[in-house]
Amino acid sequence: MLDILKAPILSVQEFLILSAKAILGVFRRPRYHNDTFLQMDVIGFGSLPIVILTGFFSGAVMALQMSKALSQYGAVGKTGELVTISLVRELGPVLTSLMVAGRNSSGMASELGSMKVTEQIDAMRALGTDPVQKLVVPRLIATCFVLPLLTVVADFLGMLGGFVIAYTLLQMSPDFYWNSAWQSIGYNDMFQGLIKPFAFAFIVALVGCHYGIRTAGGTQGVGRSTTRAVVVASVWIFILDFFITRFFVNV
Amino acid sequence: MLPGAGRSVLRFENVSLAFDETPALAGVSFDVREGETRILLGSAGSGKTVLLKMALGLLRPDSGRVFVFGEDITGLPEARLFDIRARIGILFQEGGLFDSLTIEENVAYPLLNQRLLRIPVSEAAPRVEEALRFVELEHTLEKLPSELSGGMRRRVGIARAVVSRPPLVLYDSPTAGLDPITAHTIVSLIMKARDLENTTTLIVTHRYQDGTWMHDFRYNPKSGQLEADRRELRPEKPATVFSVMREGRVVFEGGRAEIEACTDPYVAKFVKH
Repeated sequence: MLDILKAPILSVQEFLILSAKAILGVFRRPRYHNDTFLQMDVIGFGSLPIVILTGFFSGAVMALQMSKALSQYGAVGKTGELVTISLVRELGPVLTSLMVAGRNSSGMASELGSMKVTEQIDAMRALGTDPVQKLVVPRLIATCFVLPLLTVVADFLGMLGGFVIAYTLLQMSPDFYWNSAWQSIGYNDMFQGLIKPFAFAFIVALVGCHYGIRTAGGTQGVGRSTTRAVVVASVWIFILDFFITRFFVNV
Repeated sequence: MLPGAGRSVLRFENVSLAFDETPALAGVSFDVREGETRILLGSAGSGKTVLLKMALGLLRPDSGRVFVFGEDITGLPEARLFDIRARIGILFQEGGLFDSLTIEENVAYPLLNQRLLRIPVSEAAPRVEEALRFVELEHTLEKLPSELSGGMRRRVGIARAVVSRPPLVLYDSPTAGLDPITAHTIVSLIMKARDLENTTTLIVTHRYQDGTWMHDFRYNPKSGQLEADRRELRPEKPATVFSVMREGRVVFEGGRAEIEACTDPYVAKFVKH
């Protein structure tokens, strides 16, 4: 019984130690600015296409579904409002983080994992650099910086997707759609919608790096780490989302 | 105690380490003296690489103590270990080159990142070129490791190991998986590195031949050639010592004559071919 629990508990312990080191590392020297900017480019700019596409189509689908439900109450006019609120609060942050987790947690796990199995991480330590400071911290800073920005992009494109449906299929006037959309967002929604991707960024970066750094067992091990990183990061995004939402929404 | 009067450079005292109950090292003790060439033989999984990583402080022993340059590194924090590692050169198995960096950046890495060695980029460039000229790869500066062959990568690894002129250099299976001619080139380079700076050298290998070459020949800096090492001319030079590892234990330690006279079948297996 205890043996079954040993591996996951050890893994959690390693994850917490890595997280503590990485978060402290953000405030510590040496700083690798070039690596940080490179990661911002890879994670931020590189994820733009998928974020734009998922944002746009999830907004459009929402508008379609909502209009159908709302028409039963004769409240089709509320479509813009509903699409916007659900995007800003939930779908924008969660879908963006999931996409970035699928793209970059796996990328980090496979990159760091390959470095681990070819002894490059050992070489780094042997040649005078702390791999947490050189590899993990830049990825953490970059993800925390770009994920909220990507979320804003996704939110806006989702609203645009909703507008395309509202304008073409529901015959709503542009003024009406954008006005109702804009006025429905409160400070609480915006804050919630930006704190979430910031929090999810820790999961995306740290889970990816954690599985990368503890890779063992050659090329096969790299594959295993990559899969685990995506699965674990995605599940934790949903769990953390629940708790953050619970904090903001008082039933 | 084995011959060799110099002070201790690398000493293991009853070191043990286990990964999930499986012992990787079990009560290993040995002492490498200044200027000595130590050949560490052993089959795969006998704990040779673990031992090298422990000498660098990359792994910590469960019990026992490790001394590098006379300093006990067993309990040192990572930050202090970096100062020890600055004085050790290491060639990893397969080279361990950073594949996102060019050859030039790889070789310059210790000079730009080790706190104790750190020098400006402009000063590092000539030393990188010198180290690459040493392994005859000065034309590959701008290439990436993936563009080089296995033997060339190994040579770049040697250049990176010796670029800071460390007094102790560790080589992890430098000839593994190479054809005999390339393997010979690599051993010659290791010999050259040893005899130019009188470096203490530890070579992990499963080829006994690597050891006998290191024992029988020396690099003559005056003629620039390898020549038979006539020990009677330089009695002060420490002899080459062979250690044989089996399942985490050192089962043999001694000079060339002793290892060839050893009747233990495991040890003899290495000497035979």
